[in-house]
Amino acid sequence: MSAEEHKDIETTGHEWDGIQEYNNPLPRWWLWTFYITIIWGIGYTIAYPAWPLIERATPGLAGFSTRQNVADDIAAARAANAEVEAQLAGADLASLAPGSPVYDYAVNAGAALFMTNCSQCHGAGADGAPGYPNLLDDAWLWGGDIEAIAYSVRHGIRNDQDPDARWSEMPAFGEMLSEAEIGAVTQYVLSLSGNADDAGLAQTGATLFADNCAACHGENGEGNRDIGAPNLNDAIWLYGGDADSVTETITASRFGVMPPWGERLGDAGVNALAVYVHQKGGGE
Amino acid sequence: MWDYLKLAVLGLLTLLAAIAANFARDFVYQVHAVIVMLVAGGVFLRALRHTDEPKRPVSNEYMDDVIRAGVIATAFWGVVGFLAGTFIAFQLAFPVLNFEWAQGYANFGRLRPLHTSAVIFAFGGNALLCTSFYIVQRTSAVRLWGGNAAWFVFWGYQLFIVLAATGYLLGGTQGKEYAEPEWYVDLWLTIVWVVYLAVFLGTIIKRKEPHIYVANWFLLSFIVTVAMLHVVNNLSVPVSIWGSRSVQLFAGVQDAMTQWWYGHNAVGFFLTAGFLGMMYYFVPKQAERPVYSYKLSIIHFWALIFLYIWAGPHHLHYTALPDWASTLGMVFSVVLWMPSWGGMINGLMTLSGAWDKLRTDPILRMMVISIGFYGMSTFEGPMMSIRAVNSLSHYTDWTIGHVHSGALGWNGMITFGALYFLTPRLWNRERLYSLSLVNWHFWLATIGIVLYAAAMWVTGIMEGLMWREVDPQGFLVWSFADTVAAKFPMYIVRGLGGVLYLLGAIIMCYNLWMTVRSAPERATAMAPAE
Repeated sequence: MSAEEHKDIETTGHEWDGIQEYNNPLPRWWLWTFYITIIWGIGYTIAYPAWPLIERATPGLAGFSTRQNVADDIAAARAANAEVEAQLAGADLASLAPGSPVYDYAVNAGAALFMTNCSQCHGAGADGAPGYPNLLDDAWLWGGDIEAIAYSVRHGIRNDQDPDARWSEMPAFGEMLSEAEIGAVTQYVLSLSGNADDAGLAQTGATLFADNCAACHGENGEGNRDIGAPNLNDAIWLYGGDADSVTETITASRFGVMPPWGERLGDAGVNALAVYVHQKGGGE
Repeated sequence: MWDYLKLAVLGLLTLLAAIAANFARDFVYQVHAVIVMLVAGGVFLRALRHTDEPKRPVSNEYMDDVIRAGVIATAFWGVVGFLAGTFIAFQLAFPVLNFEWAQGYANFGRLRPLHTSAVIFAFGGNALLCTSFYIVQRTSAVRLWGGNAAWFVFWGYQLFIVLAATGYLLGGTQGKEYAEPEWYVDLWLTIVWVVYLAVFLGTIIKRKEPHIYVANWFLLSFIVTVAMLHVVNNLSVPVSIWGSRSVQLFAGVQDAMTQWWYGHNAVGFFLTAGFLGMMYYFVPKQAERPVYSYKLSIIHFWALIFLYIWAGPHHLHYTALPDWASTLGMVFSVVLWMPSWGGMINGLMTLSGAWDKLRTDPILRMMVISIGFYGMSTFEGPMMSIRAVNSLSHYTDWTIGHVHSGALGWNGMITFGALYFLTPRLWNRERLYSLSLVNWHFWLATIGIVLYAAAMWVTGIMEGLMWREVDPQGFLVWSFADTVAAKFPMYIVRGLGGVLYLLGAIIMCYNLWMTVRSAPERATAMAPAE
């Protein structure tokens, strides 16, 4: 609008600190859009739950309810997958054939469950993090066949919630061995995978290892899956394989905990996760 | 007599604060008690030295000292707030910036409320305080009512800011967004705010103009409503009068509803109504044109303040909030669209016949782009409040982008325009030190906002789509961590936008400083109040 168009428009006659006001009418498009939103608003509140009364609010003519919508969506998804879900829940995991509909469903379901429930610790790609095992490699603390994986998922590890949780506890050797002795054991442990810095010290550590560690970790440090004792002669380390980390582990011990998922995810969920993790590459 | 009463109150306050510091049950409370003790003690000493001095004759001139202080505080807190925002933007992109040695003080969780409160309440609040004092005096043609009460409001508000900010860093908050400060800080702000209301209202009541100017309607509605919101949302019971913790009066979904009734109207009355008051004064002054439509200003004022107060539930779609409340929140938000745009139309159309000034006047350009961003945000807001849109946008960065196009674009730019307008007038200078620096500020800030908002739209819609994507069997395709990783490049763009905006604000501070120091003095002194 140019200044010309304002010529016939008057100001209100008020003035504050030099500011005047034109008496322009409301813009038509503005007014009509305002009216339309109001009419729409009235219509919308008739159609949808809106006005609170004494006992309850008006439910609306459209029968809309967010809670009902969610319940319907969930019910529909459950119904669509009910058959295959039931098959998965009762499946014999060891004999489940790759490529079968149940198996494929389990992989997809397992992936979704893994991202929601497991990726926080084990990583979105299941490659682990310090303290949280990598699930892609061949090293398994408690066994890598599909039944063993399912057991770990169902009952968890070192938790208080599930009496059947896998359980073992390494002593904190800081209270039993001297610092020098722990240093020697560290060197021996590193020597098992060919990484010792001090061959002489490692020699000293051999006896200490045989006396204190071999009962669980095996004479050659090959580990013991029955009690979740890690293999020490490979290059795979849960809490780091440098001398400092190993010393820390021996001195103070470690106590990794995993919650039980059986209650929360049900048989089908646990089986799906077992199938998913098992087919990642390290399954036995 | 008054002097002795003041001394007694200040002395008592100092003593009480010292006792509180001694009995403090937690560290935050102790720090705050010490701060209050030092401040009250300092004011006590100052009052003591001036006791029984002859009173200066009551001046009839406009009270501009407090506004000058407000201009400085606005610029200072602006830079602090923008700096904090830019830093936390990079903390999100590079988590390593949550330094190990600063855990519990300067990690993202502690700095985020520091940033939001610094920009909204410290920067925006000081801007509203000083411009409202300026506007109400000029448009009422009288000096501020209440003598030194305006100074009490100013310094009282700065004390509130310091208590709030130290509370955030030390973890003394009640965990309500934009209402984080604990009970005693809330009480203090209530006192300050009531005095603010008295000063503003007193000035309007003794005005020499027959009518109340539209800017003052908006400013008054802002002051009154914020008082109501603040009091209701902060209703809580302290665990101990010697400790900072408190228990909220409301629980569960009632608490959430109260919080977002408050939260949304902090946007509506603090950042919209208050700043519209600013707009209604500075735009016609800078453009030297009459306001476009008196009728429109009446209709959109009443419609805006009636509708805004009901829009809060749109923050709680698809939660424990009952559907009916969610519907009403959405409907009122959509109907609010045109009343909000009334302000935009009145601001933009005021430039009719003066559009050519945009070529030569970067200050006016700043005000106009702020109105543009206002219009954009007040369209985007109603749109995002629609349940179906909200199911995509809620909890995503889209919300962050929306807030910042409003805060950086509308609130920031109109405030910069007001500061550029006020500084030469308040310090009696003929003109600003440099218009070309204003131009630099304009472009840096504008490009900064565009980078920021565009980055957040992209990440917001992307993560919203990723969160809801399911495969044919109904399983989620992405994990939350996938969506975080996917946002990384846009987080850097957002951070860069913040850097540009901050740079612009620093240039503004330099320009204002040089204006005060070295621009030529205005030929005639400021006219006294009539």
